[in-house]
Amino acid sequence: MNLIISTISQGFIWAIMAIGLFITFRILDFPDMTVEGSFPLGAVTAVIFIQHGYSPELALLIAFIFGSLAGFATAFMYTKLHIPSLLAGILTMTALYSVNLRILGKANMSLTKSDNIFNRYGLDKLPVNFNGIFLGIVIIAIITFLLIVFLNTEKGQAVIATGDNETMAASMGINTTMMKFIGIMVSNGIVALTGGLIAQQNGFADVNMGIGSIVIGLSAIIIGEVIYPDVSLSARLVTIVIGSIVYRLILMIVLQLGFNTNDLKLISAIILALCLALPTIRAQFFQAFRNGVKSK
Amino acid sequence: MKSLLEIDNAIKTISNDNQELNILDGINLSINPQDFIVVLGTNGAGKSTLLDAITGANTLSSGKILLNGDDITSTNLAKRSRYISRVYQDPKLGTSPRMTVAENLLLAKRRGLPRRLRLRKLNDHMKEFASFTKDLPTLDNRLNTFTDKLSGGQRQTLSFLMAIIQKPELLLLDEHTAALDPQTSQELMELTNKVIIEKKLTCLMVTHNLTEAVKYGNRLIILKKGKIVLDLDNEAKAKLKEQDLLEYF
Repeated sequence: MNLIISTISQGFIWAIMAIGLFITFRILDFPDMTVEGSFPLGAVTAVIFIQHGYSPELALLIAFIFGSLAGFATAFMYTKLHIPSLLAGILTMTALYSVNLRILGKANMSLTKSDNIFNRYGLDKLPVNFNGIFLGIVIIAIITFLLIVFLNTEKGQAVIATGDNETMAASMGINTTMMKFIGIMVSNGIVALTGGLIAQQNGFADVNMGIGSIVIGLSAIIIGEVIYPDVSLSARLVTIVIGSIVYRLILMIVLQLGFNTNDLKLISAIILALCLALPTIRAQFFQAFRNGVKSK
Repeated sequence: MKSLLEIDNAIKTISNDNQELNILDGINLSINPQDFIVVLGTNGAGKSTLLDAITGANTLSSGKILLNGDDITSTNLAKRSRYISRVYQDPKLGTSPRMTVAENLLLAKRRGLPRRLRLRKLNDHMKEFASFTKDLPTLDNRLNTFTDKLSGGQRQTLSFLMAIIQKPELLLLDEHTAALDPQTSQELMELTNKVIIEKKLTCLMVTHNLTEAVKYGNRLIILKKGKIVLDLDNEAKAKLKEQDLLEYF
């Protein structure tokens, strides 16, 4: 039972990151690899600032700002220097590895200060792992609310239009370059904030903790889409949270079946590949089924 | 009469297989207010390049473009969009597929204006949009339909509405009915003509359809190899027959 609670708690926290990823991958239609670097960037900045005596909340805000600066670098290379989207993200991600090492001074660091956001506000008096669930829900509620409000402003609509049909957006006088900057920066800000949260939950930051983070975030988005195919944009954000929890539960079950934890990344890649292929497999299955009926 | 748009010796050169080619080869054109100009020309005559140069999607190699006397040659597309709107041939290009019809219209209402950090207030506009679509059987009661669920004809009608919902000083139609079936194409063309006359719009319409070219508009130009080879005013155009046009192709 405790294992399930802990899994659900992880699902909630990682869902925040998936919501950030949703802005680039789905709203802007921009495959942003920066994430694998901005996620640990958030973790190392949060840990360093807490170690230097800043409050955990302020550390998260700083992580958000650093993350959006990483997004700025990618957006700049993509829009101003015309470097292809995937490559721009990979360049920032690679550069961030060194940046993260510089910030942390070493490959990993524990949070020696006991003060972190997971044991503030009396959260430590909750049963084990419930603090993660509670905090996850609160932060998701805040970010989702802000995001939905933003997407319903004129500027937010311009960001959606840019991702949806850039030709049309430009012909309507929308500054599509600026909209890409906004989307990519906010997205990486949220991802870095999640990195800062997870570092606080785990009690350490590691420069390698970003590896595979895109797969985790995308899995949450895709599983949400597979379970609930046709929903509004606001409801989509909720389905991402559900997708994130389902994904964690699937991983938990796989590990309980006796797979080695070293194979975790392989397994998560396979899960995502299966989810992505599901619409194709489904279509071919029905096609084969129809053909079968016909031939009889 | 003072002209609305003045194109002065427009040249656009591209290099193709190490050869320099003038797609626009010294175009001079002045568009007067309330002109409804039909543009004919074979593929490669430079029609799309001309439209791109007017909207700012593409820059000229040399030459000038004046709008109401102001030089807009180096003004970018976003700024020009305040005065110039365009409907594309491809139904997919004109609308945002994941937005509803009403959301698309609202987006178009602020064509060329700054996108503010202010709530868009979609519901406040629904009545206005409903009155806008109520005479259009294909779009009536579809304000909340997502655009990717619409047919090509419905999308083109929506694209056209988006281009005129905020009155443009110059409306550019780039074969906007060409991708549609004959019936739908004719309906959209009738709507287009009606709106242009009612709202006293100034319009430049590219078409391949000779019947349309003879029937609509009050001026006709033919582009050939980057040059204007024929420019007929309303009087001359009225006497024109389809057969007369064939010698230019």
